[in-house]
Amino acid sequence: MDFMVFQYPMITVQACLDGLLLGILFALIAYGMALQWGVMNIINIAQGDLVILGGYIAYFMYLYGIHPAWGVIVSPIIMYFVGVGIYKLVINKVVDRDLFISILATFGISILFMQLMNFAFGADVVLANSGYGTTMLFDNNVTLPNSKIFSAFVSIVFAICLVIYMKKSKLGRAIRATAQNARAAKILGVDTEKVYAATFGINAALCGVAGALISITFTIHPYMGLPYTIRSFMIVIVAGLGNLPGVAMSGMGLGVFEEFADYILGTEFRIGSVFLLLVLILVYRRFKLSRKREYLK
Amino acid sequence: MNKNVILYTIILIFGLAAPFVFPAFKVQLSILCVLIVLAITWNIQGGEMGYNTFGNILFYGLGMYLCASVQVGMFFPLAEWTESGGEKTFVHTSAQFFQGMAAGLVVAAVVPTIVAGLIGYAILGLRGHYFAICTLGLGVAAGEISGGIEIIGAGQGFTTPPFPNVGGLEARGEFFYFLSFGALILTFLAVKAIYSTRFKLILNAIRDNEDKAEAMGIETMKYKIIGWMVSAFFCGLAGGIMGGLVGYIDSTDVAFDGREMGVFMVLMAILGGKGTLWGPVIGATVFHIFKEGFWTFFLGWQYVALGVLIVVIVIYFPEGIMGWLREKYPERFGEVVDEADRKAQVELK
Repeated sequence: MDFMVFQYPMITVQACLDGLLLGILFALIAYGMALQWGVMNIINIAQGDLVILGGYIAYFMYLYGIHPAWGVIVSPIIMYFVGVGIYKLVINKVVDRDLFISILATFGISILFMQLMNFAFGADVVLANSGYGTTMLFDNNVTLPNSKIFSAFVSIVFAICLVIYMKKSKLGRAIRATAQNARAAKILGVDTEKVYAATFGINAALCGVAGALISITFTIHPYMGLPYTIRSFMIVIVAGLGNLPGVAMSGMGLGVFEEFADYILGTEFRIGSVFLLLVLILVYRRFKLSRKREYLK
Repeated sequence: MNKNVILYTIILIFGLAAPFVFPAFKVQLSILCVLIVLAITWNIQGGEMGYNTFGNILFYGLGMYLCASVQVGMFFPLAEWTESGGEKTFVHTSAQFFQGMAAGLVVAAVVPTIVAGLIGYAILGLRGHYFAICTLGLGVAAGEISGGIEIIGAGQGFTTPPFPNVGGLEARGEFFYFLSFGALILTFLAVKAIYSTRFKLILNAIRDNEDKAEAMGIETMKYKIIGWMVSAFFCGLAGGIMGGLVGYIDSTDVAFDGREMGVFMVLMAILGGKGTLWGPVIGATVFHIFKEGFWTFFLGWQYVALGVLIVVIVIYFPEGIMGWLREKYPERFGEVVDEADRKAQVELK
């Protein structure tokens, strides 16, 4: 327990800023989660592992002397094809089935990815150094790595691009139509199989961007995937499907919560507190809904 | 009925003779018994009640820590024990060891049951995937949090009391084998008794349509909680035994091991056939044999194999062995089949 955070206001500012910038990244991952959940009715436990894989792509570019910021471009392109591949191999067989089947199948994919990454890249915690330096604020009391600002900026740009793409393009319209009613879309000539593959690919690409940014700003490790899945799941259930401002807000809220949990409870409880928060949110949601149900009675 | 008695007798004799027939596999057989218990407990929850959980690992880990803590804490200060780690400054006499183990197992079974009852009301109100993810979160949170608690060893782990020096390694293997075999028989008989009552029908009604069951006047919440408590009781017991068997408890790698044990129990029940009495037993046996094969031949690649196995079982084999047998030989399961109707269904497929 460390109560520095209450005695020293600058730590509060630091935690808030860190949390907000981190939360934007979470929101980007959660947006992909909401997309596939809404369109395909699938919960992808491997979401976090796709993020980490995207991060390793950027890290490898860094190892081979290319500036890791280019990973933001390269990683989504590779990850799109990885996503489509996963869809063709596994997901298309579980789309119409029970939701638990999809959870379990993606859990299997998650274990598989975790271990393959462990073999391929080793079990060390790594980061791709962008060399962007830091900005000092408030008389050098608050340090803000420029890479975090860069990552927040890039996430926002990608999110805006995606929203415009979903609104304007033909594929975006098809995806939205399939999300509303897959059967009707099929009757009207939408190739839903293709739409599903593209959706999963876009989701994986978003994870790729987020992963590349995480490898620049924070650290990556093969086993760090599951917390990202849980975070994005949490953000989506708090915000609701198809509520983009809500996703952004709750993502940032989660980021700030985590930073404070880190300062107050200590780093060893950081991940635990995220998972506990998920349980609390679900329980809160259950009591709220049950109240509504009683009202209907 | 008569056939059943013969079958049970054969299994019982085989179970009792196994450690003497295969003395080299005593530990493996004990683990198999624990795995079967876990699969049966998961099946109460996931198969009969239709509440697919990843969180039963919570009770397993809890039972493991509780059993070891009671066993140590009854005679020695717990904090100093965990601090000393592997180097034993305290030694249990054999009477102390067995007394501690007995008390520990009781606590390991009872406390998770109470915990299940307490959190059940909040969590069992969730439906479908919300429940699945929530329990997944619970399991991981428990692992992360117990990894930060000093008195049970935090990150460095907890060494359970070593087996007293009576009869050496052989005696240790036999003790744990018969302990886990006893737990298996207890679990199986208890679950078999439960499955022949109205309680099982209520659980199945909840699985098939919870709202309708509620409309029929069944207090679904009460029965769901009781079902979870039954599941937690045996899960905790299995955890306590496993803790003593492994001899070392780590928060995320042994106790709250959602990545291994937590998935294994789901997988074993699904492989054997959800919602049947014998399914989990068969599934766990087959799975354990497969797993040992993988673990030996694909050393290092076991998790890759596990991931592939999960995907393959879930996609291509969701009905499990019992489900497959049932489809193949429906008469054996007491189903009256109209041959023409069956053919028509096959053609439709």
